[in-house]
Amino acid sequence: MASVTTSQKAAESSDNALSIGSIVLKAFIYLILGVWALIVVFPMLWALMTSFKTDQEIFFSPWSLPTTLVFDNFVRAWTTARLGEYFVNTLIIVIPSLFLTLLLSSMAAYVLARFEFRGRNLLTYLFLVGMIFPLFLALVPLYFVTQKLGLLDTYHGLILVYVSFSLSFTIFFLINFFRTLPKELGEAATIDGASQYDIFFRIYLPLAKPGLITMGIFNFLGQWNQYILPNMLMITNEDKNTHYVLSQGLYYLQAKQFYGSDWSGLFAAVVIVMIPTLVVYLIFNDQIEQGMTAGAVKG
Amino acid sequence: MDRGKNRLIVSFLALPVGLYTLFVLIPYFSALIFAFTRWSGLSQNIRFNGANNFIKLYRDEKFWSALSHNGIALLILPPVIIGLALFFAFLFTQGKGVAFSRFFRVAFFFPQVMSVVVVAVLWSFIYHPTIGLLNALLGAVGLTQFASFPWLGDRGTVFGSVLAMVVWQSVGFYMVLFVAGMQSIPVDYYEAAKIDGADSWTMFWNVTVPLLWDTIRTAIIFLAIAAMDLFAQVTVMTNGTGGPSRAADVVPTYLYSTAFSDGQFGYATAMGLVLLILVLALSIISLRFTAREALEY
Repeated sequence: MASVTTSQKAAESSDNALSIGSIVLKAFIYLILGVWALIVVFPMLWALMTSFKTDQEIFFSPWSLPTTLVFDNFVRAWTTARLGEYFVNTLIIVIPSLFLTLLLSSMAAYVLARFEFRGRNLLTYLFLVGMIFPLFLALVPLYFVTQKLGLLDTYHGLILVYVSFSLSFTIFFLINFFRTLPKELGEAATIDGASQYDIFFRIYLPLAKPGLITMGIFNFLGQWNQYILPNMLMITNEDKNTHYVLSQGLYYLQAKQFYGSDWSGLFAAVVIVMIPTLVVYLIFNDQIEQGMTAGAVKG
Repeated sequence: MDRGKNRLIVSFLALPVGLYTLFVLIPYFSALIFAFTRWSGLSQNIRFNGANNFIKLYRDEKFWSALSHNGIALLILPPVIIGLALFFAFLFTQGKGVAFSRFFRVAFFFPQVMSVVVVAVLWSFIYHPTIGLLNALLGAVGLTQFASFPWLGDRGTVFGSVLAMVVWQSVGFYMVLFVAGMQSIPVDYYEAAKIDGADSWTMFWNVTVPLLWDTIRTAIIFLAIAAMDLFAQVTVMTNGTGGPSRAADVVPTYLYSTAFSDGQFGYATAMGLVLLILVLALSIISLRFTAREALEY
């Protein structure tokens, strides 16, 4: 690890920092970064603001703040447009899927990281397929496999598909993680008479918690936001669409222009779908950055 | 060794490998066969038709048009996104570092954690001819000729509008990646360069970029693969039509409608195979093309 970072370097040479040139430079930097921050944040704030307006206000005074906060937009989006149902559907799918993804990936990653056995390399290469091959190549056959097994339009079907497609990435991340854990712990426990299962569940799995948290966040975002797979596998007829997940429901709303033109309700729907991932991100942004950079820096 | 170990290996691998085989490996490998068949999904008998699907693809104007849109994305997205991300990351790590750096990082990264569908719906609002943010802004700065211009309803602008959204969503992710990389570059390198009289610009090209090269390479490959996709973005922003005169159609959207609207499953899978070959070729080319001596520090 580098002992001195770029910003510390600058702190040392900041004695002469108050020259005109450096003030101009500073102003330039803040200007550019500020403009981009505005470009990024403003549309979201605009959507948030608009979601509290009436349709009248959206069309005739798009720039002004809402005169009164119309919470009814959210109520309509939640009930009439059935976003509440889709929200629950998404939870029903993502919670077990996340749990299974982490459990099965850590089991496989543990074995692949710590034991020598025949076929280990072949297996590792096969898991690479899921990371490199484009999803669209598998799309048509996946549809028919799911159909043959009677899993179309079912929660458990989509859960199993999510888990399967999350395995590769999660396993590779966790293999690297398990490799950093000391072997001696397991060896000592074996001498004390612990079974192999105890060693995994009592010693290594708890130690892998930071890696599991990182993968939990990444998979939560990926699975919560997933669109292509449910779009193909949750195809209940459009009148009922009882198994839709949020991203499908939102697209359906937009495509149908929310039964006529309920713009305010559609904006409210966008906010409802946007909020959970933003909350997760605000809570866990440190882990997300660490998880990203663990792989990227000198990777 | 001991039996406990073998039992553990088998029992721990059984479920993950089983699921992975069923839902990932079998579909991928059977796709390699499907691609050479003619199959409408309904009839039980799948007929092999050799290379016919690929000959048909070669003559299919819609396919070439879709592929050309992915090609445009490939030419535009990686340089623009990486350029902006590098530029912002460089500004970030200048001088004492930036005040409110946490705020900027979090704000820039925000769109990345949102679902592509949400982002696409949000941007459909932005591009809306009458109530949209973009036309209102253009009107406010005096460009009144854009009043009620349909950005997503015009052949000439629809795909560019999609790409602009992808840039908006992705820059923050790569910026955070590059900032982390830049901060791990030892400060001695910059000091040595400074003593040699290098200015910020020279240092950026001769110190930062070479030492960051592995990260930049990874970014190029990620973005090249993303440019070959764009399914959700195009589907949502064009209501599944591919845009006016299919002007924003990409291979995945064309593949999807060929399979699930037209029922030509074999033909659609052939497109998937072309996509696989392109993605693999692109990854190999980017790796070769960007190969430099690894700089250890």
